[in-house]
Formats: sequence, C-alpha cells, structure tokens
Amino acid sequence: MSDAAPPVVRIDGVTKTFPQGNVTALQEIDLALAPGEFVSLIGPSGCGKSTLLRVIGDLIEPTAGTVTVNGKPARQARSDGDYGIVFQDAVLFDWRTVAKNIGLPLEMLGWDRAKRRARVEEMLELVELGGFADHHPWQLSGGMQQRVSIARALAFEPALLLMDEPFGALDEMTRERLNLELLSIWQQLGSTVVFVTHSISEAVFLSSRVVVMSPRPGRIAGTVPIDLPYPRAVETREAPRFFELVTEVRELLRTRGEHLLPEEEAAL
Amino acid sequence: MTNAAAAATVPHRLRLPGSVRRAAAVLAVVAVLLGLWELYRWVWTTTGWTWPFLVNDVSMPHVWTIVKAFGEPAQVNQPSLISILLHKALFTAKEAAAGFGIGAVIGFALGVILVHSRLLQRGFLPYIVGSQTIPILAIAPMVVVWVNPRLPGPLQGWGAVAVIAAYLTFFPVAINTLRGLQSADPRALELMRTYAASRWAVLWKLRVPTSLPYVFSALRLAATASVVGAIIGELPSGLQDGLGGAIINFNQYYSLEPQELWATNVIAAALGIAFFLVVVAAERIVVRRAPETLT
Repeated sequence: MSDAAPPVVRIDGVTKTFPQGNVTALQEIDLALAPGEFVSLIGPSGCGKSTLLRVIGDLIEPTAGTVTVNGKPARQARSDGDYGIVFQDAVLFDWRTVAKNIGLPLEMLGWDRAKRRARVEEMLELVELGGFADHHPWQLSGGMQQRVSIARALAFEPALLLMDEPFGALDEMTRERLNLELLSIWQQLGSTVVFVTHSISEAVFLSSRVVVMSPRPGRIAGTVPIDLPYPRAVETREAPRFFELVTEVRELLRTRGEHLLPEEEAAL
Repeated sequence: MTNAAAAATVPHRLRLPGSVRRAAAVLAVVAVLLGLWELYRWVWTTTGWTWPFLVNDVSMPHVWTIVKAFGEPAQVNQPSLISILLHKALFTAKEAAAGFGIGAVIGFALGVILVHSRLLQRGFLPYIVGSQTIPILAIAPMVVVWVNPRLPGPLQGWGAVAVIAAYLTFFPVAINTLRGLQSADPRALELMRTYAASRWAVLWKLRVPTSLPYVFSALRLAATASVVGAIIGELPSGLQDGLGGAIINFNQYYSLEPQELWATNVIAAALGIAFFLVVVAAERIVVRRAPETLT
C-alpha cells in the first residue's frame, strides 16, 4: 500500500459484539484503505464482512476501536455525505422515477433543481441508462435497477463507495457484465471502493486487494494483493495469473476460515 | 386450440373500450340485482311463504314503485321527491365531506405522531381503539350539546354533525397511517441514515410515500363511514335538512308509503358510493406504484 497519501478509511482495533446471544461479530480489526483502492471483503456467512461495512458507514457503532473516513470520525463523515452505499437489493423508491431516485441524495444535500437535473443526466449516461430517466423502478430488470442504485450512490461524487454484495441477487451473465461496468466507472471517477462479496472470482476480478475474513469471531484471516493490471477485461478471467490468485484466496479461506458450515465448505 | 386461435383473431374494432365494458358490467350487475329482488318477491307472494318475513307491497315494494316515487311529490304542493332528496343529499354530503376532511387530517396526524414514539403508541392506542367501541348514537347527542354552542353562525347545526362524522373517520385513517408509516423498508431507512437525513426528511421522502396505499385503503373505508356518520349525526341534532332527517320522517309513514323510505335509502347508498369513488379517483392520481400492487 502506498504510504504517501493519507488513507481514505482507517480502522483501528474495531471490535463489535452484539449483546443478544453474546456474539462477537468483529474482533480487533485493523485495516486502512489508500485513495483509489478497490478492496473486497470476502468470507463465509457470519464472518462480519457486512457488519464491518456498516461500521465504516457509521450505520453500526463499534463496541471498541475507532473508524476514520477522510480523516474524520465515521459519524462526521456520514453527516458530511462522504460515502455512497449500494445494497444487495437496489432499494429504489417505487414512487419515484429513475431520474428522481438518482437525484434523491442530491435533494438531501440541498442541490437546486437545475444542478440536480444536469448531474442525473450525467449519471444516467455513466450507467448506460440514457433512455430510462422517466421509467419507474418496477419497469426495469434487476440488473438495470442495480445500475440505478449505483448511479444514486455515486451521484454526489463521494470519495468512498461502500457496496454490500451488490450483484449477489443477479444472474451470472448480468453479474459479469456489471463487474466490467463497475470497473470502468471506478476508473473514470477514481473513488475508493469497499466491496463485500461471497464470490471469490468476483473479488479477484474487481479488486486491487482482497481481504479474507473468517467467522466466529469475525476477523481478518489474510490479505491478497491482486497484481492483475487494469483495465481488466473479459480475458482477465482467462489469464493463468487470475487462476493463481483465485486459488490463493480459496486456500486462505479454506485454511484460515475454520468452523465453516458444510454448505460453505462445499461452496469453496 | 382452434377456439383460442379464433378468439385471438377477433377484429379489433369489435372489442369495446375498457371503460365501456366496465360500465356495462356495472349496469348488468344492477339489472341482475333488481331482477333477483322481483323474483324473490314473486316467489314469496305466489307461494305465500312467510319465512324469514312476510313479503308484500310494504315490506318489499316493486322496483318500479320505488323508481316512480322519485318523480312524484311526497306531499301535495311539493317538488318531486327526487329533487327534495338531492337537496338533502347535498346537505348531508357537506357534513360528510367536512367530517371526512377533519377526520382524515386528525387520523393522519395521529399516525405520524404515534410512529415516532413507542411510548405514545403504548399509551394512546388502547384509547383510540376504545373510542370506536362506544356506539356513535351514544356520543352524538353529547357532541351536539358541546360543539354547537361554540360554533359560529354559518356552521350552526351541521358543524356538530361534521364532528360526529369525523369521529367515525379518524379511526381507520389513524390505524392504517401508523401501519403504513411503519412499513417502510428497513434498508431504505438505512439508506436515509447514510444521507444523515432528518426525521422530517425521512417522514416526507420515505415514510409517507410508503404509507400512501395503506392510507388510501383507510380513506376508502372512511369515505363511506363519514356518510353514515353524517346521517346518524343528524338524528339527535334534530336537523331536517339532510338525509338523516328524511329517513326519520319517511320512517313514520313507512306502513303507508314504503317506497319513499326505499328511495331515500337508494340516494343515501348512492352518496356513499360517490364518496368512495372520489377517493378511488384521488388514489389513482396520487399513488404511483407498480401496477400489480394497485388494487
């Protein structure tokens, strides 16, 4: 990791326990993200990767430890609108058109109408939904809905993009196409991305670094830097180095992700 | 297979527009109901059956007797019954509309307040529910006595009735607004938190739009309830200007001229249906939702 620029996200000794059932979701997590990094969090269910994402976004308060985003406490960063978020489901507002869904965070930031319209226009182009501004979410396919959701998260140009299994509910082909689109958007905007996923190949394909987590208690089992050159393309998935890295992540998951449930074991 | 194919190739010009077909369906249902009324009458009078009640011109006047009554004056030197009833219906509609408005606003406001405080919910909900277990007829005289003296001149009389109608209206609106506001998707609430949205913004940009289908289904109930409330409210007020007064009046002459009470009932039902349809039309305009979730 580059030492020059101050990290966008800095996590120091973060522990999160849930009082119900005395679950330790996260234990002593340390992690720092440099500007422009694309970091995937991967691990089996219950490893706390989604919890970690929410701690970064100040949606869950850690029991111990500190999180800073853009050099500010996470709470301050949230109220300053320093990050955009994409969930597994698009979470679009049915009663709003596509354009108004994308414009929602801009409304919250108090942008005027003309400025909003111009930005929404740009975002629609970015996610290739040019002709769909006046459609309602239910008129779109799942993949298109998720592109709207990404456009909404990026509309106010946050330095940080948090993505919680954004393509998990999509079919394989749509997922791979959106992977490519996401990379192209990321390279255009230069934002920092934290990407939670279940899929090893998705994590390796997208990321500049893969953070492998293990469950019960949730902790970082290891980190795999991904040295595949950008821009990545369909052929990247066929490169020998890609397979080596996939194997490396898989081995890390297998050896360090003890206490896997049988179906999680099978999925690896 | 061949049938389906034949149906599919019916020339387009033979198919009537949807609105015409719907209107035809409504008329067909009305015709069938009237036919059943007459059939029942005919079977019971010819056989002489008396169960569950004796059928004669008093208990079940002919459909055409009722229809004819609309055109004739109820008393000599008076305008026709239909014009009297329409005037009275207009008066009742005024009471019901005002009551509906008051009740809807109060109900909605209660829902908004209660969704923000579990404590208030626990404290107030039982009383809100309890309020509806008291018969409206028991409340109405008190409302008239309390409210009427406080009202300015133009609101005298009918204003108290509107309050009684509001008493029936606010309840379904409050309960359904609360449920609707609570039904916001937790992830959407989380999304609003990432924007550091104020309670106010969450309310207007997320909770209220989510609640609208719930609110409107309550408003549909409330629309008809407000008409019932207005009619009942007229009884203890001694108002003669509305349908409630007419019902009391024609009740006294029922054994002589039953068709007039029946005619009044038809108008009262039509008023309720009209209120209902206005709400349905408003819902069509206001609620933007996936077509399959619209009812």
